[in-house]
Amino acid sequence: MASNTQQTTDAAHGADAAHGGAEAAGMPQLDFSTFGNQIFWLVVTLVVIYLVLTKVALPRIEAVLAERRGTITSDLAAAEELKQKAVEAEEAYNKALADARAEANKIVADARAEIQGEVDAAAAKADAEIAAKAAESEAAIAEIRAGAVDSVKAVAKDTAKEILASLGYKADAKSITAAVTSRMKG
Amino acid sequence: MADQSAKQGGGPIIKIAFFVVLALVLLSGAIFAPEHPGLAIHPMDQFEIKPLFGGDHLGTFTPTNQTLWMVLAIVGIVLLLVVGSRGRAIVPTRGQSIAELAYGFVYKMVEDVAGKDAVKYFPGIMTLFMFIVFANFLGLIPTSFTATSHIAVTAVLALIVFVFVTVLGFVKNGVGFLGLFWVSAAPLPLRPVLAIIEIISYFVRPVSHSIRLAGNMMAGHAVIKVFAGFAAALGLFGFLPILAIAAFYALEVLVAFIQAYVFSILTCVYLKDALHPSH
Repeated sequence: MASNTQQTTDAAHGADAAHGGAEAAGMPQLDFSTFGNQIFWLVVTLVVIYLVLTKVALPRIEAVLAERRGTITSDLAAAEELKQKAVEAEEAYNKALADARAEANKIVADARAEIQGEVDAAAAKADAEIAAKAAESEAAIAEIRAGAVDSVKAVAKDTAKEILASLGYKADAKSITAAVTSRMKG
Repeated sequence: MADQSAKQGGGPIIKIAFFVVLALVLLSGAIFAPEHPGLAIHPMDQFEIKPLFGGDHLGTFTPTNQTLWMVLAIVGIVLLLVVGSRGRAIVPTRGQSIAELAYGFVYKMVEDVAGKDAVKYFPGIMTLFMFIVFANFLGLIPTSFTATSHIAVTAVLALIVFVFVTVLGFVKNGVGFLGLFWVSAAPLPLRPVLAIIEIISYFVRPVSHSIRLAGNMMAGHAVIKVFAGFAAALGLFGFLPILAIAAFYALEVLVAFIQAYVFSILTCVYLKDALHPSH
């Protein structure tokens, strides 16, 4: 194959040499006899490429790029929206937390006040009961004391009467009572 | 040999590779040196246009080696832009990314250079760019054919742009398109002189536009061919030109893209002049 090409090239050289002139030594680019052929095939090629590009390739790539732009834009918008929602959710959470905290504080304060009230009431009641009991006891003590004084008076009269009788004096009950009473005062 | 270098240790693979390259160089010198004594370089042979299916007759419609590589350029474009984008995925595959990259690259170029109202001519510029870039890169395949190295091809491309832009300029602006040649910023006496210069430069446009591309392609390929001839002639020291070819090939890869880019961006500049001819 290689030698074959070599031969054809040599043959072409021979032909060129036979033609003679500048063409053999010169550039194939300036061989005007090939221009018609080159231009024809070039125009065919360009038309084919242009048709392929305008009918298939470029609209397709353009559509893909536009679709991607749209997707990215909408994704960004969605992300922005989600971010906004997240911020809102956080705010709501914080608000709920603060509300709950305030509510708890209120409940604690209420309970404390209620308990305080109950304690106060119980204390007051207990104080009243204690005061009543104390008064009652005082009354009882006073009564007992009065009773005791009376008994002492009676015993003193009886004792004085007995002592006088044993001494041989006869004393009336009236003067004894007066004497005892005045003694007991002193 | 491999055992020895393995025993010595320290990068046996590099040593093996070195010996392999050395052997190849010696072998190539042994093979090629006797066959072609002296310099037998035909750097322009690669640009010859030959009928694809044999025969000597080259009619207007005869498929040639150039036709084959232009058809391969179409195949490449279809593979990249049509097959590559068939998934229509929101998250693109590798092929689709490249197709979108090419689309975005040219689209942005048209929009930035020629303006927003030039976007409707984007498919035409995309056609030019894709054809040139594929023809250039396919031409870099060894033993292939570079369609854009022919002045006939690039001249037609440049003339299509020139005629289209000129007609568009007059259709859009009427006689006002001639304002492109009338430099209103210059002092009045200078304007006719400048107008002549502007008109000449306007008509030189398609010439420079086409020769720049064809010349770059042709020169690079010819230089590589010349170095290849040296490599064959030098025998033992043939590896030196081969290294030069490798370096030059890297440059050619760059040039292949840059020339396609330059051709397209100049088209955009001309298009801008046609749409907004005022200075």
